[in-house]
Amino acid sequence: MPKFESPEHLREYRRQLLARRDPKQPQVLVCGGPGCLPLGSEEVAAAFTEELGKNGLAAQVLLKTSGCQGLCDQGVRVLLRPQEISYQKVTPEDVPEIVEATLKNGQVVERLVYEDSATHEHLVHKADIPFYRGQNALVLRKLDVIDPMSLDDYLALGGYRSLRKVLTEMSPEEVIDAVERSGLRGRGGGGFPTGRKWRVCREAPGEVKFIICNGDEGDPGAFMDRAVMEGDPHAILEGMIIGAYAIGARKGYIYVRHEYPLAVKRLSHTLDQARECGFLGNNILRSGFGLDIKINRGAGAFVCGEETALMASIEGFIGEPSPRPPYPAQQGLFGLPTVINNVETWANIPEIINMGPEWFAAIGTEKSKGTKVFSLVGAVNHTGLVEVPMGTTLRQIIFELGGGIRQDREFKAVQTGGPSGGCIPKQFLDLPVDYDSLQSVGSIMGSGGMIVMDTGSCMVDVARYFISFLHAESCGKCTPCREGLKNLLFILDEIIAGRGEEEHLALMEELCAAMASASICGLGQSAPNPVLSALKYFRAEYETHIRDKKCPALVCRPLLKFTIDPESCTGCLACVRECPVGAITGKKKMPQELDQELCVKCGLCYETCQFDAVKVE
Amino acid sequence: MRLVLRNLSIRRREGGVGEEDMPLKIVEETMEPNTSEVGLTINGIFIKSHPGLSLLEAARQNGFDIPTLCYHPDLPAEGQCRLCLVEIGEYPRTRLVNSCTYPVEQGLVVQTHSEKVLQARRMVLELLLARCPKATLIQEMAAAMGVYESRFKTDDPEELCILCGLCVRTCREIVGVSAISMAHRAPGKQVATPFTEASEACIGCGSCAFVCPNNVIPYTEKDGIRTIWGRDFELQPCNVCGNYIAPKYQLEHWAQLTGDPVETFFVCKDCR
Amino acid sequence: MDQARLDAILSRYEGETADLIPVLQDIQDEYSYLPKDELKEVAKRLGVPLTQIFSVATFFKMFSLLPKGRHQIKVCLGTTCHLRGGQRLLESVGHRLGVEAGYTTKDMQFSLDTVGCLGSCAQAPVVMIDDKYFARVTVDKVPKILKPFK
Repeated sequence: MPKFESPEHLREYRRQLLARRDPKQPQVLVCGGPGCLPLGSEEVAAAFTEELGKNGLAAQVLLKTSGCQGLCDQGVRVLLRPQEISYQKVTPEDVPEIVEATLKNGQVVERLVYEDSATHEHLVHKADIPFYRGQNALVLRKLDVIDPMSLDDYLALGGYRSLRKVLTEMSPEEVIDAVERSGLRGRGGGGFPTGRKWRVCREAPGEVKFIICNGDEGDPGAFMDRAVMEGDPHAILEGMIIGAYAIGARKGYIYVRHEYPLAVKRLSHTLDQARECGFLGNNILRSGFGLDIKINRGAGAFVCGEETALMASIEGFIGEPSPRPPYPAQQGLFGLPTVINNVETWANIPEIINMGPEWFAAIGTEKSKGTKVFSLVGAVNHTGLVEVPMGTTLRQIIFELGGGIRQDREFKAVQTGGPSGGCIPKQFLDLPVDYDSLQSVGSIMGSGGMIVMDTGSCMVDVARYFISFLHAESCGKCTPCREGLKNLLFILDEIIAGRGEEEHLALMEELCAAMASASICGLGQSAPNPVLSALKYFRAEYETHIRDKKCPALVCRPLLKFTIDPESCTGCLACVRECPVGAITGKKKMPQELDQELCVKCGLCYETCQFDAVKVE
Repeated sequence: MRLVLRNLSIRRREGGVGEEDMPLKIVEETMEPNTSEVGLTINGIFIKSHPGLSLLEAARQNGFDIPTLCYHPDLPAEGQCRLCLVEIGEYPRTRLVNSCTYPVEQGLVVQTHSEKVLQARRMVLELLLARCPKATLIQEMAAAMGVYESRFKTDDPEELCILCGLCVRTCREIVGVSAISMAHRAPGKQVATPFTEASEACIGCGSCAFVCPNNVIPYTEKDGIRTIWGRDFELQPCNVCGNYIAPKYQLEHWAQLTGDPVETFFVCKDCR
Repeated sequence: MDQARLDAILSRYEGETADLIPVLQDIQDEYSYLPKDELKEVAKRLGVPLTQIFSVATFFKMFSLLPKGRHQIKVCLGTTCHLRGGQRLLESVGHRLGVEAGYTTKDMQFSLDTVGCLGSCAQAPVVMIDDKYFARVTVDKVPKILKPFK
């Protein structure tokens, strides 16, 4: 790759690049996203390499491993361009057929095509599939087009055009003004107006300022940022360089969660490319502006997604948040003005500059502009990342894109915002999703996790899960969060164990109110949300646990009773091997007996039994 | 000229930072009467305050009582205990902030004992009372707010540490040796020496024990030996009157810092 | 203490306080834990109090003060994995290996841990062994998955 000494040089390079490329060239894009990778993307890609080679097609057909293509439950996905034929559940064994039938003879391999569960129609093309049809992919647009390790791919799609425009035609004030007018709000969960944050930082006194990308996506169930960091890393970088120019920062950090080694690797490669080509370093594109960015890995602490804790850990300290004010934009990293934004926020910047703030502001609702990427997971038929305009309803997302509830079960609730959010019940399915409306029902947008639950989930168990998670992750600095979470967990465990009392509910509500107003940081302040929303919308379920000592959803193990049905039991002894306390006895090939005194209700026998012989009530 | 600790946040600034990054630790400000004063309202009463102060300092200077546990005038404020919370703003847009770190602002409306504040304070004390039922200071502060028992569970009835961090901050900021720190996260958080072994950095000064509001840190003195944090320190008697001054190791540490011969520290302050 | 091995790691950095966590991460990656002597040396070289290092080492989950097993098993307990039986899966693996989450087997072969969401939610429950992902792991699949690592 050349070093771009000037904007003209970049322009010329891009022109020549596009002239060299044939938009009609056949391409095979194997999805290498977080969903497909564990299902064998690498093996499928290797099979294609071999098969294309065998058939003499290696030069004509471009093979790429792309970023996340969505519709993760049907992985490994393969997309063929330019026809946009979408194949799913592809194994290495399917590859020879794809090459032979589709690449050589233009025929579709029917069994690998999406089948609509309602109409049983086979939908060959990506654009016809409801999961994709309902989306407005701006941030995710390039994920199934480019090879994330190829800068040429990024440039061919107009990459770094915005940076060139900013450095040659716009002053820092004009950039901030554009971001303000776009209405972009922080996508990490806070929803703070991005332009305003940049303005405060720019106006803060001092020569030395920093920009940070928060890639510490810790919400369980959320992988939007992971997909963008792995699938379109240059977009994040371009956004950051523009932001650094706007506020006057010369040094930046990308903080990536430790559990995302592939994202670290891809971003690292991206930074190397950027330095090589002159997008980072001194005098970028002959503008006089210089910047360098380094990567800091997280070390396994959810609380470091909180901005002051994140900065403390970059400085070499434990991730304990600090009270605000002072705000990071005024006094942040090393006590200096710092803009810290989420991955998705940064990834939105280049297009806002390229297409103009009015274009962005025309999408979405009055107070929540643009699109949002959600990770739609849980009890839906079709899981994966979806990007929709703000204001799309929950019903549209869950039932139209998500294809409704799995196994024909009934919708119970959707959890948004991760551990900081609340459960939203079915009466709000027509709620338009945006920052304010989610808050009005006791939840939050959060980073975009959207976990759908069916009637097989217990809302006491879900609340307990989140509180347990938060207690383990709480930094422990302040009393309301540390002691509050410990006690909430204890009370919930008592309820689950059948020792719940009527007063517990009111006590939890009182404790939650104090935690919400008295904790230092967002972790403690929003920790009550899962509990309060569950109490608000599913109070009856809690009362059943307390009064009747029963779990209607058959989840809370201490309240369950496991028995073996002698009619169904074949005596295969599989459950005997799994039982941790030896509570199951009996001769081989004879019905087994479960000793209720010894039973610890772990449910492993229930899970293991292939004959449905273990009953639970 | 008046030196004001401008940076109210705990993080250390010096050392380990590139030359172009300027640490903001101390800011010199000229104080002339009335030019830079800030006017704000506390509990309905208008007061004037120097702009570099926190709400807590301004309130206390003007006779308003705000309870604290983790605050110390000589240490950077951390906002840890949450007792100093006050309600700022005007209905319906009010929120709770901790007064020990929140700076005074022109026109701010502050309530130190609103219902929301009292509820938060009571809950914090009730939680601490469950954690440390035998801590007399907590019992007193809780009783003063009408909390006499806790509805929450106690793990260890002998626990006295409220994790206020005063000992850790004192050792780090005032004594400067950082012999102890906070280990772990919420589950199991505790004040500890490295690897919970005797700390080599400790000079036996006992400042941590002195500043602790609950007398948690055990130290014993017997036969000219002070034992603290798992180490024995030989106490140095005064060359003149013979009373024990401090551990010899601590005096040697001071001598190293000042460059004076160590014998200058072997005379107690009464005999100087 | 192998001075040369530690020097190789320290030489990658400028020796500032802010390098502490990256240095510790490199040591953890290389040694599979944080040995005491090495930490004392790092304290000297970076000018960081040993207490700060101990606080950091006990605060962040990736660090271990005790040696880890040859293979790291991480069972995901993200929300979707939890809803699909993650807890039972964890217990099953632990029971099979005779170890609890957060600990290492006596023969130092396996360390078992939980992890909060790896981002492969569509394939829940997910288990990672070293850097290999296993998707849609149900209790009956556990013996087969563990076999090649034993």
